[in-house]
Parts: sequence; structure tokens; C-alpha cells
Amino acid sequence: MIKLVPTREFKVPIFAPCISPTVLQGKTLEEIRQLEVWEGNRKRVLGDLFRVEETETKSDSDDLTLIIEGDVSKVRMIGAGMVSGEIIVKGDVGMHLGEEMEGGKITVYGNVGGWAGSMMKGGLIEIHGNVDDFLAAPYRGQGKGMSGGTIIVYGDVGREAGAYMRKGLIKIYGNADQFVGYAMQGGTIYVQKNSGANTAACMVNGTVIIGGRIDSVLPSFTIDGIKNKVKVDENEVIKAPFYLFIGDLAENGKGKLYVSKENNPHLSYYERFL
Amino acid sequence: MELLIKNGYVFDPINGINGEKMDIAVKDGKIVEEVNEHRAKVIDATGMTVMPGGIDIHSHIAGGKVNAGRLLRPEDHFKDVERKTAITRSGVGYSIPSTFTTGYRYARMGWTTVMDPAMPPLEAKHTHEELSDTPIIDKASYPLLGDWWFVLEYLRDGNIEECARHVAWMIKVTKGYAIKLVNPGGLETWGFGRNVKSIDDPVPYFNVTPREIIRGLCRVNKLLHLPHTIHVHTNNLGVPGNYQTTLDTMKCVEDLAEDNKPVIHITHVQFCAFKGEDWRTLHSGAEDIAKYINSHNHVTIDMGQVVFTDTTTMTADGPFQFTLYMLSGNKWVNHDVETETSSGIVPFHYKPKNAVHATQWSIGLELALLIKDPWKVMVTTDHPNAGPFIAYPKIISWLMSRKAREATMKKISEKAKKRSLLPSIDRELSLYEIAVLTRAAQAKALGLENKGHLGVGADADIAIYNINPETLNPSTDYTLIERAFQRAAYTIKGGDVVVKDGEVIAHKFGATMWVNVKLCEPCEIEVDRDMQKRFKEYWTVEYENYPVTDHYLRVSHPITVKADV
Repeated sequence: MIKLVPTREFKVPIFAPCISPTVLQGKTLEEIRQLEVWEGNRKRVLGDLFRVEETETKSDSDDLTLIIEGDVSKVRMIGAGMVSGEIIVKGDVGMHLGEEMEGGKITVYGNVGGWAGSMMKGGLIEIHGNVDDFLAAPYRGQGKGMSGGTIIVYGDVGREAGAYMRKGLIKIYGNADQFVGYAMQGGTIYVQKNSGANTAACMVNGTVIIGGRIDSVLPSFTIDGIKNKVKVDENEVIKAPFYLFIGDLAENGKGKLYVSKENNPHLSYYERFL
Repeated sequence: MELLIKNGYVFDPINGINGEKMDIAVKDGKIVEEVNEHRAKVIDATGMTVMPGGIDIHSHIAGGKVNAGRLLRPEDHFKDVERKTAITRSGVGYSIPSTFTTGYRYARMGWTTVMDPAMPPLEAKHTHEELSDTPIIDKASYPLLGDWWFVLEYLRDGNIEECARHVAWMIKVTKGYAIKLVNPGGLETWGFGRNVKSIDDPVPYFNVTPREIIRGLCRVNKLLHLPHTIHVHTNNLGVPGNYQTTLDTMKCVEDLAEDNKPVIHITHVQFCAFKGEDWRTLHSGAEDIAKYINSHNHVTIDMGQVVFTDTTTMTADGPFQFTLYMLSGNKWVNHDVETETSSGIVPFHYKPKNAVHATQWSIGLELALLIKDPWKVMVTTDHPNAGPFIAYPKIISWLMSRKAREATMKKISEKAKKRSLLPSIDRELSLYEIAVLTRAAQAKALGLENKGHLGVGADADIAIYNINPETLNPSTDYTLIERAFQRAAYTIKGGDVVVKDGEVIAHKFGATMWVNVKLCEPCEIEVDRDMQKRFKEYWTVEYENYPVTDHYLRVSHPITVKADV
């Protein structure tokens, strides 16, 4: 188990894709301290910015656990591309957490910046706090979003969560801002509380479940029926009535948008189309 | 400054030098007979291959549409970043690199002259600003003239001489180099929401056919004595069965050829050598085209070789790009329709397992290998349409080694293998032939007298590669060939060593070449007056603001020709 503690308050963004169990695995403490990072436009080594300690010795074959204690909200790309192992962060984290990760687990006890789990392919990210915009969304311009794995957020998320998602599961136990599941092509997004405007806009396939209030459903969605329960995943089935909408018809889509009936009495006029 | 390149194996096809061990002397940016060995800087090229600097006859590197492509594709750049060094500026790649990166990457491969093949006249200033910011390489741009209203009008009326005077005016004010035709007639038809289907399909309103446009501009080109022939992107590009249109296009100017000299350059022929009824039955038409070119001398072509990668297609062919957008469902830009041409941009991923893409890959190589005379076919990827230009080393290795082709063929669609002749072709090109395909033939086709060779008086644009032709067998060591061409041991531009061991070690700006067409004096004044009048009627800009003035060109290199009109 390796522990990283910031030695000072960071003022400018730090670009540190090396903070990942996959990179640190099998390296000595001294080697870890010498890994290259960028602080703004200056090249540094990890040892300049973090106190690196080994808290528990494990054999090389075991998956590495990495603990980060303190505010790393300026540090980007933590856990990017990780394949196995675990990262536990006690504090806030910066942008691009777990970008393109393929396996392993990241747990954050704090808030996370934008593009968390961007284009992720596998593994698990658990966030006990709020997340900024573009959760699991790909980089601007790209059409291939999250393609596997699970993201669980216990707080609120920003805009465009799960944009261009292809596969996998995102559970949000708080509120979501605009454009949840934008241009989604597969997978499942569950928002327990309220969702902002333009939910599931341009979705082609997949499932979006909104447990709270939603101001309106886009006119390019058509109502398909009322379901008495909705399955989020193997462990979670919500037993309550949901409106089922199909769309986005503007994209010839056949995605499913479930919206809670209880929390959205203003949508009851859709029932006359059934 | 004096420079002496000693003991290299020199490949200089224009002067007939095939791997001879000799010294090359350089003084003041030109190749000279000899220099003082004690004073000159000596480069020991023992065991290395020395060639003239590479020339690219067709590569979209600058202009409004290229820049729109950059904006459309942030995802193309963020994984391919070039950090700044003490000498070079920072930049991004990949399929549409920034201007600085474009210059550096060409130089690293040993290429020193690049032609941007599609400049909408209204966006000439933008194109030249970007060309001026492209370091190291020399460059030029071809204005798109095949669908200009006045060309269509004069050709409809059969007034070739008046057409020639206006084309000359346009080439001069846009600081262009050659006449470019893209889907002649089709772009104007695109303005009406349609496309032309064959070279005898009339353009709406103007009632002139692509055949008349191609023949007309071919005659205009001869009247103006431009250094290059007309540069043609055929009608029906990217449509199954279009090899027939390509043959028709080549045949339609057959009678205009004199003294066995080429009169037409058909570009990225891979995209217009499709046989078959539809996409499912698509197969290679390269054999028919190669057969025609083998028996005729009035045509030169370039390959437009596909490489399997994620790239960006961008042509002035708006209707074709619209079809591609509908096929791929990808994002797109419909650009330049307000100018004298049109254009479109669609990101595209060529996949080896896709039968159509793999067939396209085969067609390009088939063309280069089936055409017997290497002076008639040139290496291009139509950058970035069929792949970025950084793939040239890979293409060279495919051309030089059957084994390299077989290695790629193992990964491609089984269907595609049956749809082309490529698996049965044994031909492997020699280093000498590669020097023709990548340098000499291009210089000859472009009429660049001082480039593409290492004779006395030529520009000192030289590439030195880490290839020992006596010990290296390209047929088996194709990965070494590829690596050597990726990172030139030395690139010398205008007598200065700019690249060493694949790294840029000096920064300089190359020249922008343009053709200054001299008409007879009264004609010049007449045309000017006529254009002034027309600007009031037709353009959104003032006549005075239209021409590319000298200060847009960082290093201006005019080539003066005297026209017959």
C-alpha cells in the first residue's frame, strides 16, 4: 500500500497520469518519487509535490492500493488508463479521474472535477461527493463514450453526464444537470433525484431512469407505456410506477427514458396518448 | 555557406544516376560542381542513400477547408501533441496537423516541397497566410477554377482565348500555381442541390458539360504555358463503377496531346477506380486504368493510397462529401459553397476488415505496381483524405516489398483479396523507382526545373536516408526501409541542414511559388477593367481587396511565364 500526501497547496494544474496503480506497480519508493509530472508548464518529479510513503508491504504479485490524503483538486488524470489495483482518495480530485480506465477500483471521499471516468472501459469508480460536468463523457469532438464498467456517485453531477455512452452503468444518487445521457448509444444511467433540461437528448439506444422530477420530456420522445417497476441492475429494482418514453426520434433512436410517475404529476397529460 | 555530402549512394533519376557513389557539393543554396573541401561543412554519407528532397504533388495542408477540419476535430489533436523545443514551435497532429507541425513532419521524412491542391479563390488570402506559416518546406497552391462562373460562361460560348485571359488573371491575383478542376461542373450543380452523373451531363443554367470544361481548360493551360498540366479530380469520385468516368476523362483530352507530353494529371485515382454496381459488388478497376495509362503518354496520375487509420476526408467535392456523410453518419461540414467552388469535410476511419476500405487499399497499390512507367504515377495519400502524409514511409515499404504487402494482407477482409489483383502482383520497386515516384516524377509533372534532381544549378533540397543499398534488402527488411524514411538522417533545405537523425535542428521558412502569367499588354488592361466591372455585380468583396498582395507571402518565389494570348 502506497500513500501520497501533497506537500503543499497546489496553485496551478498538475498533469499526473503516472498516479495510477498500474504505473506504480513493482516500483520502489525512490523510483516512484522520480516519476515525471507537469506543474503548469514546469516539469517536476512526483517527489517534489507529494510525500510518498509505503504503509504496508505486500508481495509484488498483489494488486497495489494507492491512498491519496489531502486536496488534489488541481491534479488531473489520476488513475488514467489503470488496469487493476485500487485508488482511495480522501479529499477533492481534479479533472479526468480514471480516464480510459480498464479495470480496478477508484474510491473518492470528496468532490471530483470534470470528465471523471471519461471514455472508461471497465472497472469501478465510487464517488462520495459531487462531480463536475461531463461524467464519463468522451473528450470534445469524439463520438465514443464510456464502453464498460460502473460509476456510482452519491452526490450531484454536472452537465452531460454519460454523453455518448455505449455500455456500462452510471448510478447517480443525487441530482443531475442538463443533458444527462446526451447522444447515448447503450448502457444504463440512473438518476435518483431530479434531472435538468434536455434529458437524453439525441439518444439512440440504452436506458435512462429518472427517479425525481424532470421539467419536461423533449418533444422528440414518444410515450410508450407505464411500468410498475424498473430494473437498474441485478441488485437494484425500483418498485414504483414509471412513464416509459422512446426516443430520440429526431435521431431515429429507440432508447428508453423512464420517468417517475409520482414525482412528475405535470407529465400526466401524456397518459391520454396511451 | 558551403556544404559537401561525401560518399553517399546517390539516386537522381532526372540525371539518370542510379545508386552511384559520389559527392554532392552545395554553395549558396544551390548544387554546384565542387566546393573547397577545407572550407565547406562536410557530411559523411558513407553507407547512406542520397536523394533529392521529396515532393508532394497533392496534399491539403492549408486553407479555409483545412482549418474548418481542424476546428471540427478536436479529438484528432489531443492525443498527438508536439511539445515546443528550443528550435521548433509546439503544435498538434494528427490527420490535420497545425501549420508548424505540418512543416516539421514533412522535413523529418525528407520532403521539401509540397503542393496544396485546392484553394477557393475567395479564400486565397487565408490559404497563403497558412502556407506562409508552414516552415521549412517550399509550397504552392492550385486555385479551383473548374466551376468558376466566368470559365463556364466563356466555355459555353466557345471563347477559349477570353477564358484563358480570365484564368490568367485569377492565377495571378490568387498567387496560384496550376489550374485545379474538382468534379468539373459538379460543384456548380451542387449549388442547385444536385450532381452531374457523367462527363456529358450538362450543368444547370450554364448548359456546359464536364467534357467541355476539361477540354476547354486543357487548351487554356496550353495557351498560358503553365508549368503544370491541368490537375483533375474526376466526376463521380467515390461512386462504384466510376472507373469508366476516369477513362472517359483521360480519353477526352487524348487529341490535345503533343510530342508525347502529358496534358492532364488525374489525382488520387484510387478514389475513381471503382468497378461494380454498388458498394456490395465493388471491386478494383485499377487494371483497366493501368492498361490505358500504359498505352498512352498524355496522362500522369497520383495514387491517393489508403492507409488503415482514423483520418479526415476533405475535398472541394461538396456533393461527394455529402454522400460520404450520409454513408458514414458521421459529423460533417458543408464548406465554401459561398465561394467560387464548394467543399465538405467528414471524419472517416478506414478499417482493414471492411471489404470496401480494404479494396480501396488494394487499388492504390495496384495502380502504382501495374503502371509500368514510374514517371506516370506518384506517391500520395491525398493527405488527409486517404490517410495522413506521415504514412508515406509505410507506402514506400509496401511498394518495395511483396512481404510487406502480404503482412498487411493477412489482416484485411477476405472478400477484398478476391476483388483485386494485388495478391498476384510480384513487382517490387527499387530505390531508384521510389526516387522517381516520390520526387523526380513529381518535379517533372509540376514543371519544377530546379527541384527533384541533384544536377548542377538545382536547389539544394536534399534528403539523406540511413539506407545502405548494398547491404539492405528492401524486400525482406521492409521495416528498416519504413523506419529510414520516417526519420531522415539529414534533410537539407536550400543548402541548410534542417533535420538530423529525424529531429528538426534548424528553423527556416521555405518559399511560396506562384505563377506570374504575362498576357499581352492591352489584354492585361482589358481583363482588369472587365473584372472591375464584374466585381460590382457578382462579389461580396471589393475588387481592391481581392488580390493576394505581396506581403501575404513570407518568401515569394514568382515563376514568370509568357502566355500566347
